[in-house]
Amino acid sequence: MSSKSIVSITDYSKDQILSILDSAATFEANPNQPLLNGKVAATLFFEPSTRTRLSFETAVNRLGGRVIGFSDASTSSSVKGETLNDTIKMVSNYADIIIMRHHLEGAARYASEVTKVPIINAGDGSNQHPSQTMLDLYSIRKTQGRLDNIKIAMVGDLKYGRTVHSLLMALTHFSPEFYFIAPDELKMPEEYKIICDKQGIPYKELSEFDTDIIDKVDILYMTRVQKERFTDLMEYEKVKNVYTLRNCMLSNSKDSLRILHPLPRVNEIDMDVDSNPKAYYFEQARNGLYVRQAMICNALGLI
Amino acid sequence: MTTNSEKELQVKALKNGTVIDHIPSDKLFKVVSLLQLDKVKNQITIGNNLISKRMGRKGIIKISERYYEEAEISRIALVTPNAKINIIKDFEVIEKKVLTLPDHFTGIVKCPNPKCITNNEPMKTKFEVICKEPILLRCPYCEREIKEEDIHLL
Repeated sequence: MSSKSIVSITDYSKDQILSILDSAATFEANPNQPLLNGKVAATLFFEPSTRTRLSFETAVNRLGGRVIGFSDASTSSSVKGETLNDTIKMVSNYADIIIMRHHLEGAARYASEVTKVPIINAGDGSNQHPSQTMLDLYSIRKTQGRLDNIKIAMVGDLKYGRTVHSLLMALTHFSPEFYFIAPDELKMPEEYKIICDKQGIPYKELSEFDTDIIDKVDILYMTRVQKERFTDLMEYEKVKNVYTLRNCMLSNSKDSLRILHPLPRVNEIDMDVDSNPKAYYFEQARNGLYVRQAMICNALGLI
Repeated sequence: MTTNSEKELQVKALKNGTVIDHIPSDKLFKVVSLLQLDKVKNQITIGNNLISKRMGRKGIIKISERYYEEAEISRIALVTPNAKINIIKDFEVIEKKVLTLPDHFTGIVKCPNPKCITNNEPMKTKFEVICKEPILLRCPYCEREIKEEDIHLL
């Protein structure tokens, strides 16, 4: 296997996704494997993200590699006006792999064009964040025992939420059934519904978040409804608590239901849900470590 | 005056070169800019708001002693997919070309997303043509789709 960049979840075929998930499972069974001995990984975080950076750096460390990089663009040459092209070319002299987050959309794709060192996209603005999607898929498969024929409700901000768009795209390989639950202002964009229509994937759009749907589904994927997305703050005040999941809403749900959330959460999942065994969002975040180990090794052609 | 001779009366005939006819009047200067005609030394005749039976008003461009490669001229399909290209030798039309939009092109269209890397780095834009009728483009960097009415040329 040769080395290659990982920019977008849509760069992966169904078989490649399954192969990454399989090797993530081997890292879960045995996280400390010295596959990156003697290798240097650069983590370039032009935009701060503590959670994602720590997860990637832990992945490199558990694989026996070393990490260089920055966690804030203000400590890099980009504040002096250095182009992304120059920063990437310079770092390529030192590192065997570059893991980068950038506030501009398409930054990782462009970086992958200007260097031979494999790039892993750790988030480019509101565009792509493939390791998040991979850990969502891993969590679904681990909790449900399968990826095929999953009934999944996506709740909250379906318009701007990149995690739901990427997860939707990845799940199109696995015959899902979708429920899109969002206020009118934050509905799933047309282009994703067209993709579902073309592939014969059933979906229902609803603005009410009630137990009828919760009782039917295997996965409840919650997202944050962000105040800054609303042009009309009256609208925000109306909907902000409508899409909150409370423990009492789960009483008749399936035993196998699991609740996912990309985190950080604000008030869309009440704290009283945390003690319910169906709450999976903290374990979900831990799974990120194993899929990132698998993605790093895949990008370097090691597995 | 007969209708058949109307065109010849409005714009003088070309001896050798390329005629781009049936350009919508509001797109004429975009075609001029796409072909960078402001930098060309050949004789060029540009007519606009000419009377057309089919279109009402139209624009026409005649470039003397100049013939275009497919890749060079196909880019104008972005703004005027139905324009007619006639290749002239000795006052005769020796070839009529039909415009077809290429599948990819580089450095012509601006990505409308201000947060796209292409609007923030000294680099060329690229686009994939997802649909030719109606035109739908996709930026491979920010992955946004761009409809015909949102296309702005660089």
